[in-house]
Amino acid sequence: MLSIAGIANSIHQWLNETFSSGWATLLEFVLVGILVISFFAFLGLVLVFMERKVSAYMQLRVGPNRVGYKGLAQTLADTIKLVVKEGLTPDGADKFLFNFAPFLVLIASMLLMAPIAFAKDFQIWDINIGVLYITAISSISVIGVLMAGWSSNNKYSLLGAMRSGAQIVSYELSAGLAIMTIVILAGSIRLSDIIASQENGWWIFKGHIPAIIAFVIYIIAVTAETNRAPFDLAEAESELTAGFHTEYSGMKFALFFLSEYVNIFIVCAIGATLFLGGWMPLHIGHWEGFNHIMDFIPSSLWFMGKTFFLIFLIMWFRWTFPRLRIDQLLNLEWKYLLPISLFNLLLVTFIALMGWYF
Amino acid sequence: MSFLIDYIRTVYKSVRSLLIGMRKTGYYFTHHKEIITQNYPENRDTLNLPERFRGEVVMTHNEANEHRCTGCTACELACPNGTIKIVTKFDITPEGKKKKALDTFVYHLELCTMCNLCIEACPTSAIKMDQAFEHSVYDRRLLTKKLNKPDSKLMEGVE
Repeated sequence: MLSIAGIANSIHQWLNETFSSGWATLLEFVLVGILVISFFAFLGLVLVFMERKVSAYMQLRVGPNRVGYKGLAQTLADTIKLVVKEGLTPDGADKFLFNFAPFLVLIASMLLMAPIAFAKDFQIWDINIGVLYITAISSISVIGVLMAGWSSNNKYSLLGAMRSGAQIVSYELSAGLAIMTIVILAGSIRLSDIIASQENGWWIFKGHIPAIIAFVIYIIAVTAETNRAPFDLAEAESELTAGFHTEYSGMKFALFFLSEYVNIFIVCAIGATLFLGGWMPLHIGHWEGFNHIMDFIPSSLWFMGKTFFLIFLIMWFRWTFPRLRIDQLLNLEWKYLLPISLFNLLLVTFIALMGWYF
Repeated sequence: MSFLIDYIRTVYKSVRSLLIGMRKTGYYFTHHKEIITQNYPENRDTLNLPERFRGEVVMTHNEANEHRCTGCTACELACPNGTIKIVTKFDITPEGKKKKALDTFVYHLELCTMCNLCIEACPTSAIKMDQAFEHSVYDRRLLTKKLNKPDSKLMEGVE
């Protein structure tokens, strides 16, 4: 049967037959790098267009509808504009940090692509500490944001970066605790094991109430971590013009913009993997016939469908809720999400010990 | 204990209000007939402007080419940015008396902010807001308009 994993395997075999194993590995590195970069570009185009259309329909507008068929080429035209534009570096800026920051943010996003399972047996690197790797790497991007804010030599950028730092650091706690819930239920931090443990039902159904609470907390926390409305104080357009990327233009701005959307994709992909079973089709207990029909839908489609459903959910939040103040933001985290997720962790540990999940 | 009940109530109330908001935007997302923006250049003939849309100030004239402006300059005084300039003349009434009347109603469209204050100030309802909005021209002198039509007179009985 033709599958993504099959294609990957045949390429791997062909490379190993044609070249020595060292060269084959090197070529595979290059191939994976090219694939990840082109996937980033594709994601940027698709997600920006999706966001503009979703926001338009939620605000009773039509959205982009002039460039190309139904406006589909709009984001392509925007990208060309950004590539052609001059990338200005302010005179008072710290040149090295200023030019390095967008790449750091993007590299952090690229590293996060490694453990994500896009389809059955199709994963760049099935590392045995997958969940730990994800939580560790995702906190690197805040350094890039702080770098950008500091080196811009602009008070709005610095304020935005500081807000962003406070926000990401505090919301990582509840995101981590929500992930821990699933780690306890699945009994492993290797992502392929977590997906395999959902073969007879996704954790959001099998783990009933604690899993649902953890899912809601995870979605709220990652919305804050990706600096999106209603938690977009870091780049609050109306107060700080654009926050940490005020001084960026051209391609360097585009890299920040791209990494924002790629981060959304990544957190949604991880959410889909942990709570909605990743590439695992919808299986219900021992309904053999039903499970068999669901298996006919390709695993990559299941993964993309779930991820884009979560992305849509986050976009829905953005275009519905008003922005929080900084005190409300920290209240929400420290007074509500953190106690609830700690209690939830206790509850799920008890449930896992008693074996009360399905 | 009451602290805990308050805490849970706050969580419940806030989640509920957020879900109400999401239901509204979700409704708009799925019901495209609610969209209020229009594809402008294509639907130029069937353009549906809101009732209170303001495009420019015009002076109403009846079929006999008569207007209702007495030249009292109330609109000129009401205008916050000097858009209106009224030039008056003296008419000779049948009794042989001199009477102040409107000569030229100068309207600078390029200065107008469509604030509607002149229309509210007018004691005789001589001017009103029109909905025409395609005002672009190549020379800004063309935006200085004379609102009273040539040879128009004051309507009978308007003081």
